[in-house]
Amino acid sequence: MPKHLQIKVASDAKPYGVAVMKPDSSALSVRGLTKSFDRLAVNSLDLTIHAGEFYALVGPNGAGKTTTLRMVAGLLRPDAGAVSIFGVDALADPVAAKQVMAWVSDEPMIYDKLTPLEYLEFVAGLWGIAPAVSEPSAQELLGSLGLAPHRHERCEGFSKGMRQKVALAGALVHAPRLIILDEPLTGLDAVSARHVKGLLAERVRAGCTVIMTTHILEVAERMADRIGVIAAGSLVAEGTLAELRQQNGHTDTSLEDLFIALVTLEAAAA
Amino acid sequence: MSSATALSWFARHELRLAWREWLAMMTGQRKRKRAAVIGLIAFAALLHLPAWAVIGRFAGLRLPLDKSSLIVITATIALAWSLMLSQAIESVTRVFYARADLDLIMSSPARLTNLFSVRIAAIALAITAMALLFSTPFIDVLVIGGGPRWLAAFGVVVAMGLSAAAVAIAITILLFRLIGPARTRFIAQILAAVIGAGFVIALQIAAIISYGTLSRFAVLTSDTTAAYAPDVDNLVWWPARAVMGDSEALALLLALGLVMLGGVMALFSGRFADTAIDAAAQGTSSRRTARERKFRTGTRPQALRRKEFMLLWRDPWLISQTLMQLLYLVPPALLLWRSFADSSAALVLITPVIVMAAGQLAGGLAWLTISGEDAPDLVATAPLSASRVIRAKIEVVLIAIAAIFAPLVATLGFASPLQAAITAGAIVVSAASATAIQLWFRVQARRSQFRRRQTSSRLATFAEAFSSIGWAATAALLLAIPVAGVISGLITAGLVAATWKFSPRRG
Repeated sequence: MPKHLQIKVASDAKPYGVAVMKPDSSALSVRGLTKSFDRLAVNSLDLTIHAGEFYALVGPNGAGKTTTLRMVAGLLRPDAGAVSIFGVDALADPVAAKQVMAWVSDEPMIYDKLTPLEYLEFVAGLWGIAPAVSEPSAQELLGSLGLAPHRHERCEGFSKGMRQKVALAGALVHAPRLIILDEPLTGLDAVSARHVKGLLAERVRAGCTVIMTTHILEVAERMADRIGVIAAGSLVAEGTLAELRQQNGHTDTSLEDLFIALVTLEAAAA
Repeated sequence: MSSATALSWFARHELRLAWREWLAMMTGQRKRKRAAVIGLIAFAALLHLPAWAVIGRFAGLRLPLDKSSLIVITATIALAWSLMLSQAIESVTRVFYARADLDLIMSSPARLTNLFSVRIAAIALAITAMALLFSTPFIDVLVIGGGPRWLAAFGVVVAMGLSAAAVAIAITILLFRLIGPARTRFIAQILAAVIGAGFVIALQIAAIISYGTLSRFAVLTSDTTAAYAPDVDNLVWWPARAVMGDSEALALLLALGLVMLGGVMALFSGRFADTAIDAAAQGTSSRRTARERKFRTGTRPQALRRKEFMLLWRDPWLISQTLMQLLYLVPPALLLWRSFADSSAALVLITPVIVMAAGQLAGGLAWLTISGEDAPDLVATAPLSASRVIRAKIEVVLIAIAAIFAPLVATLGFASPLQAAITAGAIVVSAASATAIQLWFRVQARRSQFRRRQTSSRLATFAEAFSSIGWAATAALLLAIPVAGVISGLITAGLVAATWKFSPRRG
């Protein structure tokens, strides 16, 4: 296992990663996931993401992408269905499931009165990571995200992009095996976006699983191993870009064209 | 659009913003304008009863007054003015830091000096309107009991509002110039707290030192104060004479208020823009924490508690509020110190003051730690059960309360161990009740929304206040009349239980 994925858990932490997990090649398995608010937001969704895979979930506004990911992250209780993370039933044992995953939302939620380094120390503490591991990791992350000169400044004056980078560093500092990102590139400038994409690609190469929603289809096209297209709470297409093209009878179409074709078709069917 | 039209349009815009902000404070962003107005009228009507009890007996006063009466009225006016000034400093600071329309205003082709003059006037108007709202029941009582000459008191309130706003603006802008925008917000909040509480506390301290009592009137009505006070025709008494219907004094006060405000407008409206720009720029620069230190070890709840303590320590509101609570504890502490020498019965008065302060502070702390979570998703996705998170946050509140009040209780223990034990118990119960109420009515919010916390649930706000008062009364009665204390305790416990019954988190 690569060095930065080796987690040394503090003495109070239960060894979730060892005791609870069953052998399973899927990092995330979702079955019949359903959620309604005023209307049906997610409709009996099935989804399997393999370990070490970069999966992009795309779809029009209000399609149910964020709701799906919030249910997977344990932030929303589904009306029905099952969520399994590395073989752990996330609804029955959320604490064990959360130990191995990280969540980053499109709206960076960090503490204004903490510095980035203090924030990362707090996150590492919450995940029970020993300081000997988390401190160098935090310094390295801040460096690679261009935040090293600001590591002792309180976040209250940070731009949205800087805040997003702090939140992302927080998600990575405890070396999660599954990273769930909801529109992580929102508000980032081109250089920062490239940094973040590089960091995510590096994590995937190291064996980490990433599931990400994005409106930037080019990112999904370039980075994702597989792409899921969600519309009206259901998965309407899924596969590699080549598979998606094949499924829709196109050979040389961009993801954008495919996406529009799929979503328009779905809207017409509805 | 002519300059005059633009100004009147901007004035209307400012008043509309002020009205909507106030309405949002009253209704909690919900569209219940009518209910808010009816509630306010009912509250104002209800306020006439305590107003009658407090100052009804003074309605018959007529000019000329003796020195003692002049001192009492002047001190009351000074107290009201200091409270208005405190409120005004808070409002002015908020305007500088919280207005999101600065870019729009400053990029407009209108003259900034004129626009900011209007903004200064709007601040003064809002402060005066609020003062009129709260003083009306008291003045009504005097008018009903003593005749229309007391209507002049409304004019005095207006003059006080104008002058308080003028002084507050001058103080805030000077603070900006002297110590910079980064420190001004913090210092201004502390200053507002000290000014708001300072006058009452100074009178209490004088009363304790001179007469061994907490009563402020003991000092004001004493022969010594009368002997040192200026003669009855001195200018110092003009506000008191104006309140009683002296039209010459009233005209002078109003003129003085207007001149002060006009002077501030002339002097500072140009700098208002610079100050606002500095304040806005402060929002984009960050304070550095110079200290380089190693990550600390500990359990997950410890990490959570450490974060909460760090955020509480860095919260300017909390610092100013705690300072205010501690300032209010200075007189009872002084009384306690004096009571070592002569075992005064007034010592009992310390207990309810301490218990009340503990309950109020615990309520604020509990809101900040439990509801005011700025990264709810992070905490919710951490491998920690929700109950452990809540437990760690409650521990933070109780540890903070213990740290603040333990020294006082320990000192009390030397004077009266029984009273110290009862006070300690009541502090724990009062703080626990306030925390529990915050827990039952918790609504996810950002810490910066603290000022509007009461709008999320009126029931929780009143329950928290009544619970603090109830436990304070219980502790005092347990010391004086134990049976009454038990009854008071049962009533307060019933109130807390009823609050739980109506809370959304029941079960």
